[in-house]
Amino acid sequence: MIRRVLPHGLGRGLLIRRPGTRRGGFSLDWDGKVSEIKKKIKSILPGTSCDLLPDTSHLPPEHSDVVIVGGGVLGLSVAYWLKKLESRRGGIRVLVVERDHTYSQASTGLSVGGICQQFSLPENIQLSLFSASFLRNINEYLAVTNAPPLDLQFNPSGYLLLASEKDAAAMESNVKVQKQEGAKVCLMSPDQLRNKFPWINTEGVALASYGMENEGWFDPWCLLQGLRQKVESMGVFFCQGEVTRFVSSSQRMLTTDDEMVILKRIHEVHVKMDHSLEYQPVECAIVINAAGAWSAQIAALAGIGKGPPGTLQGTKLPVEPRKRDVYVWHCPQGPGLETPLVADTSGAYFRREGLGSNYLGGRSPTEEEEPDPTNLEVDHDFFQEKVWPHLALRVPAFETLKVQTAWAGYYDYNTFDQNGVVGPHPLVVNMYFATGFSGHGLQQAPGVGRAVAEMILQGSFQTIDLSSFLFNRFYLGEKTQENTTM
Amino acid sequence: MWDLVLGDRRINSLRLVARMWNGTRGIHRLGGAVVPEGNQKKERTMLQFLTNHFYDVEALRGYLLQREMSKVHMKNRFRDKEWIRPDKYGHFSPEFWNFQEVPVEAVDASDCEINYEGLDNLLLLKELQSLLLQRCPHVDDWCLSRLYPLADSLQELSLAGCPRVSERGLACLHHLQNLRRLDISDLPAVSNPGLTQILVEEMLPNCKVVGVDWAEGLKLGPEEQPQDTASPVLA
Repeated sequence: MIRRVLPHGLGRGLLIRRPGTRRGGFSLDWDGKVSEIKKKIKSILPGTSCDLLPDTSHLPPEHSDVVIVGGGVLGLSVAYWLKKLESRRGGIRVLVVERDHTYSQASTGLSVGGICQQFSLPENIQLSLFSASFLRNINEYLAVTNAPPLDLQFNPSGYLLLASEKDAAAMESNVKVQKQEGAKVCLMSPDQLRNKFPWINTEGVALASYGMENEGWFDPWCLLQGLRQKVESMGVFFCQGEVTRFVSSSQRMLTTDDEMVILKRIHEVHVKMDHSLEYQPVECAIVINAAGAWSAQIAALAGIGKGPPGTLQGTKLPVEPRKRDVYVWHCPQGPGLETPLVADTSGAYFRREGLGSNYLGGRSPTEEEEPDPTNLEVDHDFFQEKVWPHLALRVPAFETLKVQTAWAGYYDYNTFDQNGVVGPHPLVVNMYFATGFSGHGLQQAPGVGRAVAEMILQGSFQTIDLSSFLFNRFYLGEKTQENTTM
Repeated sequence: MWDLVLGDRRINSLRLVARMWNGTRGIHRLGGAVVPEGNQKKERTMLQFLTNHFYDVEALRGYLLQREMSKVHMKNRFRDKEWIRPDKYGHFSPEFWNFQEVPVEAVDASDCEINYEGLDNLLLLKELQSLLLQRCPHVDDWCLSRLYPLADSLQELSLAGCPRVSERGLACLHHLQNLRRLDISDLPAVSNPGLTQILVEEMLPNCKVVGVDWAEGLKLGPEEQPQDTASPVLA
């Protein structure tokens, strides 16, 4: 494994940084003074304005050790852990570039916000367990002086996964693995299900697995805001702009088998401002691709996938946006306060929302039914035809319900094996991925952020070993696939 | 006359205590079945005579009697289920360790700073019937989600006054099907106490849920309120 050597630009930055490009923490009101000086010069010198000190406060800094493309929960988590695990205070300069500061299409804010440990891969279970303990102690991790404590609105009601006859054996072995890793999950027979949740119709259900602790759902906005606040207080720079270009250099090297490999290293990131042609080249040492549903575009900019298909150079990042709808309905006689997030055998899921008999849920469409991801318009017919019948079958009380509202969001869907991509690219030596989680990015964000930070700062995964999530598996064809019905 | 009555009463009380002893010797052996009748009578009258005449002897007998009684009480301390309390320094008596196999039935952790990790100790008590967590500052929804191992035995739970418990944590109490009394009064983090009370009562049908008057804060009936805010939304 090639060790990542840290940055070259640390020392030079202090000498040739322009005033106004550094934001935050300046109590002398430098910006105010600059504008006063400009006014004075303007009044003294007649004619055209003399733009000796152009205002660049909206531009990102010219140098940054790490540039994180994407300011959602994964990008902010990586930024947080980089600053937390750096060995010297102020040792790493991190820049987060986010295209849309309203997060209107970002997967984080539109997420249902669930967390569960019912996976089949031990790495996924460990990531989720760590995230649960992170969320439980969130006010110790993300404490900012003088800021009020965060209230995640966590509902510890658990997940209930239902399995039909053909999936029952897989569920049993999964629960065994989950118990081994330390998740508190129990198996239930249809009789026990009817006993515990009398509103369920157990027709077609052979087995169910129920998470008792550390599972439930929470408010993803709160986590995002909390991370953003904390990360800003730790000195991370934010920039609203779009990454349009990577400037990189290549090196030809020979492997031990005398094969020619071209290794690339990104030197500059061009960040373009909104609604203008202005861009800033940011010199950087490491780039992190946490762009979610749009990660493939960023990877293509870096030249990943440009090559003959079937080779390592030709292996694209197989992450694409997939639209998923979430519907909110009201059902007065519906399941009570104890309702977990129920995932049916048909793929439909629902959970309670608040105290007032409101529920939200949806269903993952099959490959043929995949909606067009160019916009985030909700398809209500899908609910009427493909979601409601399954819900009404499973919970007879849902035969009468009224849809209140709905929204749609993107999954950063990994078409290869629906699990995340973490770690460096083998050829573009300083691009790290933290994307492709296909619907469980939010619940794995704290663990993945820590793993990427460890990889960058210490050269290998220290706490949770995510080697099976590296990019290489796309070229080698080794799928790290989940065996669950979720 | 008065003296004799006192003496008789003293003999009676001594006899009661003497029944619990097994053959102690010396000055304590008063009225035991071991000594033959004749000697018994002589000894008793001798000591009686001394006690009636000397205050010191009387005081000595009284002191020794008290000592014996306190020894017996100490041995039977936990027999009638009294509360084991810490002393003024907050320490528990070291004799507590002798009773490890005795099941703990009730724990009163009110005003205690117990937290999520601390509950590890309480969850081992498989026969716990009553748990009082009133006004515990660190007990929150995550802690409530840990209580399910006590489902078989727990009959009483009190969460009154816990500042961090909300209705989301109360939802995971449905595992505790043997619960007969639940106190959820005075929970500042619960957003709608009346509605929460109703939902918790529905969730735990065999349990008496105490603490909130469900009619408080209602303008319309609970069934009508949600329908007012419902509006049909279709594409």
